[in-house]
Amino acid sequence: MNIFKLSIKNIISKPLSSLLSLALLVFGIGIISLLLQLNSLIKTQMDNNLKGIDMVVGAKGSPLQLILSAVYHIDSPTGNISVEDAKKIKNNRMVGSSIDLLYGDNYKGYRIVGTDDEFLDLYDAKIKDGRKWEDPFEVVVGSKIYSNLGLKLDDELMSSHGLRETGEAHEDQLFKIVGLLEPSNSVIDQLIVTSPESIWDLHGEHDHSGEEHDDEHDHEHDDEHDHEHDDEHDHEHDDEEITAMLIKFQNPMNIIQFPRQINEETNLQAAVPSYEISRLFKLFGFGIETLTYLAYLIIIVSAFSLFINLFNSMRDRKYEMALIRTLGSSRRQLSFMIIFESLILTTVGFLLGLLVSRLGVMFVSSLMEESLNYNLNSFGILNEELWLLILSIFIGLISSIIPALQVYNLNISEVLGDE
Amino acid sequence: MIKTKALKFNYNNQVSFNFPDISLNKNENLLIIGSSGIGKTTLLHLLAGLLQSNSGSINLYGQDISKLTQHQIDKFRGQNIGIVFQKPHFVNSLTVKENLQLAQYLGNKKDDSRIVDILSSLDILDKENKNPKKLSQGEKQRASIAMAIVNSPKLILADEPTSSLDDENCERVIKLLKKQASDFNAQLIVITHDNRLKKHFKKSIKL
Repeated sequence: MNIFKLSIKNIISKPLSSLLSLALLVFGIGIISLLLQLNSLIKTQMDNNLKGIDMVVGAKGSPLQLILSAVYHIDSPTGNISVEDAKKIKNNRMVGSSIDLLYGDNYKGYRIVGTDDEFLDLYDAKIKDGRKWEDPFEVVVGSKIYSNLGLKLDDELMSSHGLRETGEAHEDQLFKIVGLLEPSNSVIDQLIVTSPESIWDLHGEHDHSGEEHDDEHDHEHDDEHDHEHDDEHDHEHDDEEITAMLIKFQNPMNIIQFPRQINEETNLQAAVPSYEISRLFKLFGFGIETLTYLAYLIIIVSAFSLFINLFNSMRDRKYEMALIRTLGSSRRQLSFMIIFESLILTTVGFLLGLLVSRLGVMFVSSLMEESLNYNLNSFGILNEELWLLILSIFIGLISSIIPALQVYNLNISEVLGDE
Repeated sequence: MIKTKALKFNYNNQVSFNFPDISLNKNENLLIIGSSGIGKTTLLHLLAGLLQSNSGSINLYGQDISKLTQHQIDKFRGQNIGIVFQKPHFVNSLTVKENLQLAQYLGNKKDDSRIVDILSSLDILDKENKNPKKLSQGEKQRASIAMAIVNSPKLILADEPTSSLDDENCERVIKLLKKQASDFNAQLIVITHDNRLKKHFKKSIKL
């Protein structure tokens, strides 16, 4: 038996009141840690998908939308641009390399992207089984899709029009899986990749049958329809359209001048992902900051609740304290008992808070997985969370200072004489 | 050897106590008797070092405890003095055995076999893993005696150990206290207003 064990026994002997005084602390720590985790996970995820892309070119519209659709594949595209316009940009000497992207279809909510081989290299995606696509309607499938949907090589997929599962099915033309990708922890895990020709062919044939896509509200498709109905009979790939183009510059300095030039001088839109994402985070940031302040407020209230709990239990245990002193405990030992009790409580509160935040991350991740086919993993401890540990210890100290001083100055003779 | 001299204690300007000198040889027990309000508990607290006297000296086994610091007195008390309170007190988050282990820890005398010896001599060994709150009154009283003697104190101070007991139990408790004291080589000082105890002590002081 020693003072530390005694503190633990004291806490265990009244678990309910101990837990209650902890509830607010757990809540506050949990919220802050959850926000930190989400912020960091989303940021890493976003940065991870950003490498190698200096600029995105697409149809006019919201630059953020262009980035979200073409880089992160979570928003609708802004529209299509003609291959001819795209070529002009590609030929500019400031452009180092470029990758075309074409959308139009999905399979069970997972987007089918028509693109070049370089798209795989951009994300360091390796073929795990099978091979790359060669002929039209051959596809390579991202790791999350085949593991979630249980797809294998040589399976045939019936795509639906649009980017959501509810689109009308392309029953006449099936895609065939020729390759499965290794997990790369980037957006390509949730994409079905094929050649641009597949998409062109699909919609070239398909659009003869008329205007049955009225349920698709994305204006991108309205544009597409208008255009395609005008000249649907002289389809040559050169007259075709692409949805967006990912560009890497020859020289990083071009980022200052080139996007502006495109936006001002052409009917295309250029957006710089790093700008747009930091803009998005500033927007997020405000909400996150407000929530964080709220959580800190909760933690301050928890310090009061802990203090009141200790203070009350001190009054209830006055005789016990006096007894412990008569058994030979020094005043300091007795004060330490109180401080230990408080510190053990706040440390447990910190750990429970982390647990709550991890459960929160899992929950948010499953929500994102469902609605955006995005998930967040990694459950490491962030440096900021170590600060939360220090904060918890600090809360434990300050809320026990007054009760500990009271115990220190306890007049044992008076307490014992009171019986 | 216990010797007090001209002990004086003031609670405030109105209430002040002057205590008669005490002189006690080794192996002598003492009964201090007096009606309530006369400073019995104050004297006990002075002897135990729970209170500091305003003047006078208390010499316990060659140590003048009025000259010790608070910390030294706490330590001295833990090692040399056992106290039996009028109402038994325990640390309620601990079992009987753990209470005794805590007392040993604070008195710097770890010895599990002694705990077994004491509990069996008090006939409550089967209660060692019980919470003290769950004990009967008699068991509580015996457990509190165990608390007082677990560190083999030289002196056992008992504050009104029998005041709320009927004759039969009074007899039993005082005999138990005296037996435990002599078995474990301790001196016993009982402070009480209970005249029934007079016949059990050769030496007594009236306050």
